[in-house]
Amino acid sequence: MKAGAVAREAVISAEEDQRVHRELDLTWRRRPGLLGWLETTNHKDIAIRYIITAFIFFLLAGILAALMRIQLAFPENHFIGPDLYNQFFTVHGTTMMFLFAVPMMEAIGLYFVPLMVGTRNVSFPRLNAFGYYVYLAGGILLYAGLFLNIGPDTGWFSYVPLAGPQFSPGKRVDFWAQMITLTEIAALVGAVEIITTVFKQRAVGMSLNRIPLFVWAMVVQSFMVIFAMPAVMLASSYLAADRLAHVNTHFFNPAEGGDALLYQHIFWFFGHPEVYIIFIPATGFVSTIIPTFARRKIFGYTPLVLALITTAFIGFGLWVHHMFATPVPDLGQSFFTAASMIIAIPSGIQIFCWIATLWGGKPWLKTPLLWVGGFVLIFVLGGLSGIMLASVPIDLQVHDTYFVVAHFHYVLIGGAVFPLFGAFYYWFPKWTGRMLSESLGQLNFWLFFIGFNLTFFPMHTLGLHGMTRRIYTYVPETGWGQMNLLASIGAGVIGLSVLTFITNVLISRKRGALAGDNPWGASTLEWATLSPPPSYNFLYLPTVHGRDALWDQAVISPVITGLSTEKREVLNTTMLEAAPDHRYEMVGDSIYPLLLALAVGLTFTCGIFNAWAFPIGALFALLALIPWFWSGTETKKQQTDKADKPQSALDLPPSFAPSEIT
Amino acid sequence: MTALLAISEIQSALAPAGTQAMRISQLWWVYLTVLSAIFVLVAIALFIALSRRHAVAELPAPPFAPGEASERRTSTAVTLCVIATVIILFVLLFWDFFTGRAIYALTSDKEFLHIKVIGHQWWWEVQYQDPTPSNVMTTANELHVPLGKTVKLELQSNDVIHSFWVPAMHGKKDLIPGHPTVQYFRADKEGTFRGQCAEFCGHQHAHMRLEFVAESPDKYEAWLAAARQNAPNPTTAMQQRGLQVFMSNQCIMCHTIEGTAARASLGPDLTHLASRSFIAAGAVPNTRGYLAGWIANPQNIKPGVRMPPNPLSSDDLNALVDYLESLK
Repeated sequence: MKAGAVAREAVISAEEDQRVHRELDLTWRRRPGLLGWLETTNHKDIAIRYIITAFIFFLLAGILAALMRIQLAFPENHFIGPDLYNQFFTVHGTTMMFLFAVPMMEAIGLYFVPLMVGTRNVSFPRLNAFGYYVYLAGGILLYAGLFLNIGPDTGWFSYVPLAGPQFSPGKRVDFWAQMITLTEIAALVGAVEIITTVFKQRAVGMSLNRIPLFVWAMVVQSFMVIFAMPAVMLASSYLAADRLAHVNTHFFNPAEGGDALLYQHIFWFFGHPEVYIIFIPATGFVSTIIPTFARRKIFGYTPLVLALITTAFIGFGLWVHHMFATPVPDLGQSFFTAASMIIAIPSGIQIFCWIATLWGGKPWLKTPLLWVGGFVLIFVLGGLSGIMLASVPIDLQVHDTYFVVAHFHYVLIGGAVFPLFGAFYYWFPKWTGRMLSESLGQLNFWLFFIGFNLTFFPMHTLGLHGMTRRIYTYVPETGWGQMNLLASIGAGVIGLSVLTFITNVLISRKRGALAGDNPWGASTLEWATLSPPPSYNFLYLPTVHGRDALWDQAVISPVITGLSTEKREVLNTTMLEAAPDHRYEMVGDSIYPLLLALAVGLTFTCGIFNAWAFPIGALFALLALIPWFWSGTETKKQQTDKADKPQSALDLPPSFAPSEIT
Repeated sequence: MTALLAISEIQSALAPAGTQAMRISQLWWVYLTVLSAIFVLVAIALFIALSRRHAVAELPAPPFAPGEASERRTSTAVTLCVIATVIILFVLLFWDFFTGRAIYALTSDKEFLHIKVIGHQWWWEVQYQDPTPSNVMTTANELHVPLGKTVKLELQSNDVIHSFWVPAMHGKKDLIPGHPTVQYFRADKEGTFRGQCAEFCGHQHAHMRLEFVAESPDKYEAWLAAARQNAPNPTTAMQQRGLQVFMSNQCIMCHTIEGTAARASLGPDLTHLASRSFIAAGAVPNTRGYLAGWIANPQNIKPGVRMPPNPLSSDDLNALVDYLESLK
């Protein structure tokens, strides 16, 4: 294997490079101005919007968590009453699951999957833009409810009959239900984008057994999204239909032959896979960061891929362990207990392979690796308490207590947020061209690690000693006060850590050290282009000769030439071998994805109040869809607008030697 | 940690007083021991892996290809770890199954104490069943059981889903409209414990608690006999006036006091209110001050509760509290 930075060979002249750059840039970049900004279909623009939006939702949900921690710091505290508290924990959970975790993971996938597989954009660029806008609509809807003090207050799970029309009159729960539908449309869109891009647009030579592990993780996650999200959309749509005046279905109304338990089954059929939908991309971050900082290829590529796929399958077979306290037959309980324990095996394999990679490597202790170390500790602890929850007798005691709150925060913050921060530190140079500060990064990590454990570790004990979930206060005789105070102090420390991170980003964005193309000497293809990448990603599409593209390549690696530079053309390759298949011209930027998202968002918002919103909204959606499909390539106006904007000369395109493709 | 931060054991799964909770806590300690050991081993492995030949450099070192022999050794180690994981999981799984069978063994008992618990937003209605209908006794937010006797709880809800949980006795069982459930347990140790609704059931989910008393069969029989009596007649003038206040205000629309004309069942049965240690489903202690405050405006103590405020004159309120305090 050779080092990542390859000396550029002057096989193609520098003048030719500049010409290709100018033409590609003119073809692929968005037109200037607000309209161009709204029209863009570039996967990097959209992914960055997703990331920033999801991070803002993370902060909002974090603030809600802090307010809840203040309320719970003392017994019988009067900081916020039950009404606000119930809204806060509902919106906190809903935001973290639907507006932060899933979109954030998909966003990082949407940014890096095309780069890692060596192509110019995702397969259906306009659909991708639509996905972001409809997600934003869902998020705005939820927070509009909260800020108007009519936020949903029945929990992120919104069990019926509590969330049904009889026990939750008003429109609160409808905000929740419609928001679910909107954000899950976005999740499905993202999943489709990732699967098609990976299956049909990989660089020549990137056969299935050479796909980077992060890309594998995103593919597996996307399949899970496609099977899981329709279930929750079904639950939320049935719920909305039960609640909507003049529709008044009785899917979940026991008095009219409906069933309250049916809802729980549909919800958890989505709800448990959801955990893996969040966790699996994070394993992709870890499998990317570890080899880079161990300075060696990953140990156990094949077991790691198989572990992901196994997890995805088993993940759909253990939803009932959220329902052990409902009437479930004994045999059913045993089945779901066994399934819940078996899923620990693929997770164990992953942990062992990662530790083995570090063991056999020469770890370079930079901030991203630090977060991964924190991830292993915290996630393993959360996984082990998960094994306790798989046991029916233990689960019956700790179910719906703070023990479970502790468990899933260990799994989700440990399993997803720690790797995510690692990923931020790892990929920030690619996004911005500048490094995040190491010293602030270390501070960020240690504050988070300490604050996290201070907050969530005592919750295990609280749960075992009877503290149930979703209570806005507790009486002093329970003796839960001191540990709650400790947890609340920990939450403050986490807050400081997040502030450190934001400071780091704000400072480093402008003043951070210049990163160069590949500051970590990493092996995947996103590092084979400029930081930040140009609009078209790669000057010439790369070819791949091993699992670790940049480490396994020859000094001079062939690149693909001969694709049009004047049209948005990419190379489609075959699914298994990634052999060249055909050229594929992508559509141009368009305003219609935004207009369609507007139509869909308004339809569902108005659908909270009146059933007529749906037929009328469908008409508006149609009005947006017709021109969407009518206009394929760029309009003359879009082209002239772009040509007027001055272009920069390309610094130094990292490159491989060209090979003509016919 | 528990000792360090004085946490109470009245509602604790780790302070079992019944057969079921005891078996579960034993299983818990087994799991805790085994899984903690695994955690420590993983943490040590991670620490060694990170520190054994780490680099402190400004620039990334060139990637290197690990030696074949060391990769083979690693392969063997990882395989062994996976096998160990599988074995440990199977051991835990079987331990779990046996505990499960043990805690459900009581379901075949023919001789049991039959109690029906109905969950309401936000209080517990408790009915002690008896073959003779006039002996069926209704109370609220309290359960008394005799030691050593199998208890069969019939759990039911007519509004939203609740979950019955007395950690000292057993795990949770949901009360689901349309799906009646049962729970069997047996108390082995005397004591007073707390239970709490564990499924989010709306505004005042936090204050849906109950008092659980496990006592000797004699004490239990005495309690039950007393509880089956009608409410005592008011003796003082104030108490008589209190009864009048009760009957001529909205109180009578929702509550029952056996032996009087008050027979409504929207709210808790108050026949022996004064014998309970808490009011408002465990929200506040049953003292004169709290009781008066609760009657005057329950929304202050338990915002959102279904009971409306009662704008009584202070004399009326005093009389009413006098009367209620006489309901031993």
